[in-house]
Amino acid sequence: MSAAVPDVKEIWSGRIVEVTLGAGPDQGGTRRTTVTVGGQNTLPFLHFEGQMPHKPVVAVEVRDQAPDDWSELLVQAWGDVLSDPAAWAARAEELGAEVIALSLDSAHPERGDTGAKEARSTVRRVLEATGIPLIVYGPGQPDKDNEVLVAAAEEAAGERIALGNCEEKNYRTIVAAALANDQLVIAKTPIDVNLAKQLNVLIGDMRLSRDHIIMDPTTGALGYGLEYTYSVMERVRLAALSGDAALQQPMIVTAGYEAWRAKETRTGEGVPAEWGDWRTRSLLWEANTAVTLLETGADIVVLRHPDVIPLVKQAIEGLMQDSPVA
Amino acid sequence: MALSGLAIYKMLPQTNCKECGFPTCLAFAMKLAARQVELSACPYVSEETKAQLDSAAAPPIRLIALGRDSHKLEVGNETVIFRHEKTFYHQPGLFYRLSTALGDQEFSGLLDQIASYQVERVGVALRVDGVAIQDASGSAETFAKRVAQAAEKELALILISADPAVMEAGLKAVEGRAPLVYAATAENWEKMAALAHQYGAPLAVRGKDGDLEGLAALVQEITSKAKAEDLVLDPGTRGWADTLAAFTKIRRAAIKKNFRSLGYPVIAFPGEGAGADSLEMETMLAAQAIDKYGSLIVLDRFDKAALYSLLTLRQNIYTDPQKPIQVTPGLYEISSPNADSPLLVTTNFSLTYFSVAGEVEGSGRPAWLLVTDSEGMSVLTAWAAGKFDAERIAKAVRASGVTERIKHQKIVIPGFVASISGELEEELAGWEILVGPREAIGIPSFLRQMAA
Repeated sequence: MSAAVPDVKEIWSGRIVEVTLGAGPDQGGTRRTTVTVGGQNTLPFLHFEGQMPHKPVVAVEVRDQAPDDWSELLVQAWGDVLSDPAAWAARAEELGAEVIALSLDSAHPERGDTGAKEARSTVRRVLEATGIPLIVYGPGQPDKDNEVLVAAAEEAAGERIALGNCEEKNYRTIVAAALANDQLVIAKTPIDVNLAKQLNVLIGDMRLSRDHIIMDPTTGALGYGLEYTYSVMERVRLAALSGDAALQQPMIVTAGYEAWRAKETRTGEGVPAEWGDWRTRSLLWEANTAVTLLETGADIVVLRHPDVIPLVKQAIEGLMQDSPVA
Repeated sequence: MALSGLAIYKMLPQTNCKECGFPTCLAFAMKLAARQVELSACPYVSEETKAQLDSAAAPPIRLIALGRDSHKLEVGNETVIFRHEKTFYHQPGLFYRLSTALGDQEFSGLLDQIASYQVERVGVALRVDGVAIQDASGSAETFAKRVAQAAEKELALILISADPAVMEAGLKAVEGRAPLVYAATAENWEKMAALAHQYGAPLAVRGKDGDLEGLAALVQEITSKAKAEDLVLDPGTRGWADTLAAFTKIRRAAIKKNFRSLGYPVIAFPGEGAGADSLEMETMLAAQAIDKYGSLIVLDRFDKAALYSLLTLRQNIYTDPQKPIQVTPGLYEISSPNADSPLLVTTNFSLTYFSVAGEVEGSGRPAWLLVTDSEGMSVLTAWAAGKFDAERIAKAVRASGVTERIKHQKIVIPGFVASISGELEEELAGWEILVGPREAIGIPSFLRQMAA
């Protein structure tokens, strides 16, 4: 028994740019594995409609100094490695991280004010302790970002690392550092399709090739504006697939950072009993933020809690299985 | 297919009598095409036209109701593929499955927990919508007993059995309650559809492994031969990618192609998913179903933390993107403040308001909370958009009348807008501007330090 069902495949004219993070010995780097994302010409995981040659990957956040404002759950889960970025990164790799997202937090003027020298040493140590690709984030303060990201780009020459965040206010310096050392940039804009597009164009005008740009459209956590960012990402991806070349970069999302800012994950006490077990809630807060962002087009998901890594990887594996539906 | 304004116009009296409230029949037709008015506003429309327009106006995804009155749940009637195109209308019903294999105590205990679960988020009470009673033994008597027990609660019901005799016993136990009959299959559809029809209950139709041609054919058999019209679809997929593909195809076929045979709400069973052997995986698969087109979601593991994350996600995804949830701007009293209590200011995005108000309340310290009109934007967004600047805050302070209710002249601004404190000092001459924490969670310790 069977009835004619209308064909609902969409024909997309656009394709997401393939971006490779990390370089092995034959390409001038030292990475044991590299990661390629992008290349899809369909909405996420719709294998019946187009190709998705590369699976989304899990990056794990590592900081260059022990965070003083993280949830107790994270502090307990990571333990001693929190005070040693190299050990932390190595542990993250063991736990299944496919990329390390190293944050040079100590360079912030109010959190240590370290400089280029310390940044170089941390980047070097993390590279030596791991075999997977690296993303390096500055402390989020323009002058210091410029200082430490330029140093990181130089120190990691040949490794094809990604430099973040490259924003409207500082993109010239970061892009120049990427160009000089063959690194990638993470182009970050505040939850807006047009701003995302504009920054990609500005970066392109500096002649950084498209396969060196990953975009961070800025995301919110479950319960804290997730739906808004979800729809912006959906619109970015639809525009990209419809042929808008300035939006065809793979997307990175900081699901862990967002989810662990929420009250639901930070506090186990003084909250309604209906919120349930603190740990279960927190892990699922991060995991469901990640799942929702994957469904809307995330190519790299940056996570925080070690036990969320296998959960999100299992979901990605399930989503990448070519569907039996004809 | 939905009709254009012009096509509708041709069927109207074309007298421009204005009794519908519009200047011309054409204007009325355009409004009808946009589904912004009801045809009944025209007193002169013919019965024939009425019938034609009614069928053309039928929603691409049928609205299905489970239950009646206070436990009624409506799903379906969606009109878009992506929420940004308009909005998603009927949020998916969340159900827990209870098996007849459970002992008396365990069954009642779980049922009580599920029925009494309620949590508030941004001013909205969130609850479980219903329970699904699973026939595990083939005993009609046990099934009927459990179904009747569940019907004592304010919950929508799904009855799950492959045996029509057991199903009938369940339906009889809750006559008039319109539970969802799960499910008609290629093997038993005639009997199941007859039961659904007899008891006025909606019917789930189950296909195999995402074979949508087979599912559509089964739906056609049922709608043409059994006169059952209130259907729910289960394409039979249980994994990640196969479920996403099947649900996406069903949604697109209904909305973009107006394909009636798949124009029904869809049911998901994340607990049966491949690899869903843990609470976490089941919950994450349920999250996918909320994000991508699930209308009824039947869960197997009751856990408050997991449930809370799903209720929150559902609230997020089904928020109307064109209308951010707002609270009325003005001065709010928290914990009966007096003339010495601190004054805090924030925006009228509801999530912002409830986060801040919740923390102030939790701190146990009375305070005045001034909510400015930021057009429903959060602090940072409003600041970036020029809707939460020194001028607007100063204006709100003056308009609120707070100066007559407090003795001090101090105002706490959110840490994210620390940079406006200079301008605000100029706008509010004589006031002391205090920079509060960036996140609401820092408010209790901030208020404690302020009082010290």
